[in-house]
Amino acid sequence: MGTSVFYFVATLSIIFSLMVIFSKNPIHSVLYLILTFFTFTVHYVLLNAQFLAVVNFIVYMGAIMVLFLFVLMLLNLNKENEPNKTAFVKILGVIAGGCLIVTLVGSLKAVTINSPLVLQNPNLGLVKNLGKELFGPFMLPFELSSILLLTAMVGAVLLTKKEEKTNG
Amino acid sequence: MDINFVIEKFALVTILFAISLVIAMYSTYAERKVAAFLQDRLGPDRAGPFGILQPLADGLKMFMKEEIIPSNASKWLFMVGPGLAMLCACIGTAVIPWGQDLTINGRAVPLQVTDINVGVLYLFGVVSLGVYGVMIGGWASNNKYSLLSAIRAASQNISYEVAMGLSIIALLLMTNTLSLKEIVAQQHGWHWNVLYQPLGFIIFMVCSFAETNRAPFDLPECETELIGGYHTEYSSMKLGFYLFAEYINMFVSSAVMATLYFGGYNYPWMDTVAAHVSPNVAALIGTGVLFIKIFAFIFFFMWVRWTIPRFRYDQLMNLGWKTLIPLAIANIIITGIVIAVVNKF
Repeated sequence: MGTSVFYFVATLSIIFSLMVIFSKNPIHSVLYLILTFFTFTVHYVLLNAQFLAVVNFIVYMGAIMVLFLFVLMLLNLNKENEPNKTAFVKILGVIAGGCLIVTLVGSLKAVTINSPLVLQNPNLGLVKNLGKELFGPFMLPFELSSILLLTAMVGAVLLTKKEEKTNG
Repeated sequence: MDINFVIEKFALVTILFAISLVIAMYSTYAERKVAAFLQDRLGPDRAGPFGILQPLADGLKMFMKEEIIPSNASKWLFMVGPGLAMLCACIGTAVIPWGQDLTINGRAVPLQVTDINVGVLYLFGVVSLGVYGVMIGGWASNNKYSLLSAIRAASQNISYEVAMGLSIIALLLMTNTLSLKEIVAQQHGWHWNVLYQPLGFIIFMVCSFAETNRAPFDLPECETELIGGYHTEYSSMKLGFYLFAEYINMFVSSAVMATLYFGGYNYPWMDTVAAHVSPNVAALIGTGVLFIKIFAFIFFFMWVRWTIPRFRYDQLMNLGWKTLIPLAIANIIITGIVIAVVNKF
């Protein structure tokens, strides 16, 4: 049953991701992106990574996408004020996209599908085990990445402060 | 899969759904009666004795009203909005333990739809998803006021989610589990978490008011500035769904507060009571106690609404970011230190 559920959800993921790109309206695009993230949550649950699933749900679907939607609603983008892209930019886009495809195909080619991935510890995704891993062997990278995030936050706050001063 | 398992879960879900709807219906009646009581009026008293049939009359009215979809609205999303609001309001009840296990025909039937071991985080996810109903509805209406309201709702929810999450962390430091069933079981008798986490509870409660868009945090539907807020363009049962979702949210957040901080189905001297009656009756008494706590919280929600005036927008943001978040962080640090000291000696 697990495999058929996986194929069903994976198909949905691909359809929704394509809809993100092909939607004319940026708001619809973001809503499809939310649905895509929801299918990712289901994938995590299928992999028995409950914590990752719920955090993906809360952080990506519940917070980051709300902010995306928020900004798009404020900007109110539509066809009339969409900047015209020159042919040069379009060609650059195609080249960049092509490079990405080549990289992805190249890396996926190395993977042999015949050897299924076996998790050494299938319960690794549960909160308790994940916490022990993060605060045990992976303590340093974990703390460093949190400092990195804090730096970004402080930087953002600093930028708004500067503007306030020059305006009087 | 065991057929009994399917039947008992299906029955439980149906009952919970029905209870949520009935409580939401009678919350509208209670709200008017409480408002009337606080303002020295009578309140609704025409439909049936004491106006007890008023919610039915209101519901009928909602169904009978003409349904209008604005011509420039995006039709699909206009319909998705209220549906999503209702869905998010209803799925929160699934992880709350409503009582101790019942024994029916020798089978232990848990009064909880599912005991996932990330129950607290699941609730949190549902809360954070709830804002989409408001945002999508407000945007799809194609109305300036609705849009402003949707944006307010989004920024308010995100701001208060942070403080809410931080206040829960302090609680989790004590309970050592994310499963709501275990959190309730730990509060046996009168060992309620509110006694150990009073500050955390206050922060959590204030954030619950903000997340349910209840007064004094009802800025998304501030009628003096925004007409009707995000549901300005809605009519008929779609409007009804939004109003209903608000009351169901109030019911669910009352249940969550009772579960996390006020012992859920636990009550003082429950062991003495349990010794005198059969286990099933004891479990049902516990459920009754939980509902008394929930009703007390719902009354509190209403009491606050008719007592405290609405915040201004900058006051709302200052309270969230400059008061609640630092308090919640201080609470985590103090809790951590106390736990470390207690474990040491």
